[in-house]
Amino acid sequence: MRQFMKYFSASFLFISMVITSSIAIAADYKVGFIYIGPPGDHGWNYQHDVGRKAVDEAFGDKVETVFQENVPESADAERVMTQMALSGADMIFATSFGYMEPVLNVAKKFPKVKFEHATGYMTADNVSTYSARFYEGRTVAGHIAGKMTKSNTIGYVASYPIPEVVRGINSAYLAAKKANPNVEFKVIWIFTWYDPAKEADAAKTLISQGADVILQHVDSSAIMTVAEEAGVYAFGQASDMSAFGPNAHLTAIINGWAPYYVKKVKQGMDGTWKGAEQTFDGIGAGMVIIGPLSDKIPDSVKKEAMEIRDGIASGTLHSFTGPINKQDGSPWLKAGETADMGTLLGMNFYVEGIEGDIPQ
Amino acid sequence: MDLSEINFAVLVASLIVASTPLVLAALGELIVEKSGVLNLGVEGMMIIGAVAGFIVGVETGSAYIGMMAAAMAGALLSLLFAFIILIMQANQVASGLALTIFGLGIAALMGHPYTGIKSPQISTISIPFISEIPVLGTMFFQHDLIVYLSLISVLVIWYFLNRMRAGLIVRSVGEDHDVAHSLGYRVVTIRFLAITFGGAMAGVGGGYLSLVRVPQWTEGMTAGAGWIALALVVFSGWRPFRLLIGAYIFGGITILQLNLQAIGVNINIALLSMAPYLATILALVVISMSRFRGNRGAPGCLGRSFVKIT
Repeated sequence: MRQFMKYFSASFLFISMVITSSIAIAADYKVGFIYIGPPGDHGWNYQHDVGRKAVDEAFGDKVETVFQENVPESADAERVMTQMALSGADMIFATSFGYMEPVLNVAKKFPKVKFEHATGYMTADNVSTYSARFYEGRTVAGHIAGKMTKSNTIGYVASYPIPEVVRGINSAYLAAKKANPNVEFKVIWIFTWYDPAKEADAAKTLISQGADVILQHVDSSAIMTVAEEAGVYAFGQASDMSAFGPNAHLTAIINGWAPYYVKKVKQGMDGTWKGAEQTFDGIGAGMVIIGPLSDKIPDSVKKEAMEIRDGIASGTLHSFTGPINKQDGSPWLKAGETADMGTLLGMNFYVEGIEGDIPQ
Repeated sequence: MDLSEINFAVLVASLIVASTPLVLAALGELIVEKSGVLNLGVEGMMIIGAVAGFIVGVETGSAYIGMMAAAMAGALLSLLFAFIILIMQANQVASGLALTIFGLGIAALMGHPYTGIKSPQISTISIPFISEIPVLGTMFFQHDLIVYLSLISVLVIWYFLNRMRAGLIVRSVGEDHDVAHSLGYRVVTIRFLAITFGGAMAGVGGGYLSLVRVPQWTEGMTAGAGWIALALVVFSGWRPFRLLIGAYIFGGITILQLNLQAIGVNINIALLSMAPYLATILALVVISMSRFRGNRGAPGCLGRSFVKIT
């Protein structure tokens, strides 16, 4: 047995050496990516991986990309990024909100490595952040949802009560309410980005309480599967999810990271990359893409949705245009006024009409 | 807040579905522990069942064949555990933990090409006449075959342990393997069988998760269900019916929590999400208090290696 263990640990050591050395192959420029879940989620992580592959394709042999999936938002993230930096990464994309502290810590230790943090708000000399105005996509989705619901009840499966998610709920609600004044939102917070069983349970609960359109701000495609089975509508999150619910899938809010990743890697290579920058792009820049619209949507609604999309893209329309009151009735935006960046980035309140509280 | 918006019949029906993987896996572990073996690898066996069931289900197009494959995969993995602890006499706790880690890893590897695929459907079977009873029918009699099977296995396992000679032998092996051995019972063989049964049940529990409850394959989808199943066994005091009730309470709190949120109840969600686990810990504390000791049903030789004295 002891002999066996010896062989076992020896071979284990060998295998891990092979793996590490394969990571350490030298290329001109090395870019690392860390993902919160598996790229096979067909949601959030999948799109980041699409972006990574676009980098591979754009630069060929000149750039080598590595990625690590299922990295928890904890000290583990710090460990993984340190490992990447040590094995020669020149640029690291950390693709989840919760990597904020780890990114800042590792960035301090490796001032030459360039860090790009998705959806965060803290920067440093070698840390820039980038995020998409997903809420613009949710305005389009909210409008379609408001028009498509027959029970006037729209379910919303939310992850964590952070500004990004709250912003999405508000944006979808305002658009749905405008499209259909009788609409009501039911929100369930599940405190995870990725737990298919929990997401499915939440969706089933919303459906049992009368919701016939489900919006989601969690990463897996479980909700789409549940919606298809129950015969209600849902929207793809981050990626097109029509394969999971051909009848349920109305459209998807797709994240388009590829142009940004290619641009940033290029900047990193020719030395024009800057730290402490905050990018916040939306439909106009192609960072948020509205997927193909389902045939289930009437043509008139399709047309309206496309008008909203194009209006937002060209800047004539803003998702948060007054008059809007906060949930408690206090005024937020005056008629015609649009929301400023600061309020949007730190949004921690519901707009008037949404019931329930944001968990603290 | 309007409680009438919650459909309690649907709530009960969905809590049953949510609890079924737990019931199945915990029942298997109950038999394993009754034979004196502590297998902490339930999570690993569940996930291997989930992935194998899904793969076979997708390839054959039949969820039922998938379920059988899930049972076999769970049983196969448990054989590895049985070999290590019964033949090699390794430490059960460490081997069980290793089994979980191994199972999670190999399932991720096997399932990689299968993420993002739809599984074949299992249809629900409405029991004639009684499924039409309002409320009660929706709650209990419009489920899929596996749910009914899980309820039947509770009954069968209770009967087996308490009314059958074979069950008595399994229990005697778990209580004192030296005495059982001296009486002529094959301790190792009996434990082998018990462990395999436990593996198969955990596998079916996992298969139910990937084929019915979610239904799709995603990495790490058991998300701790195996550990809850383990806790349920202790919670139940090694009694099948209490185990069932425990599992339904657990599933019930989870589903109720979601329902309360959806109607906009102002509650601390973090606390509610924690509640099932808290209840489990409290139950463990209560059970292990001295007043209940001796009566709590833990097998005497639980977790101890059997060394044959010849």
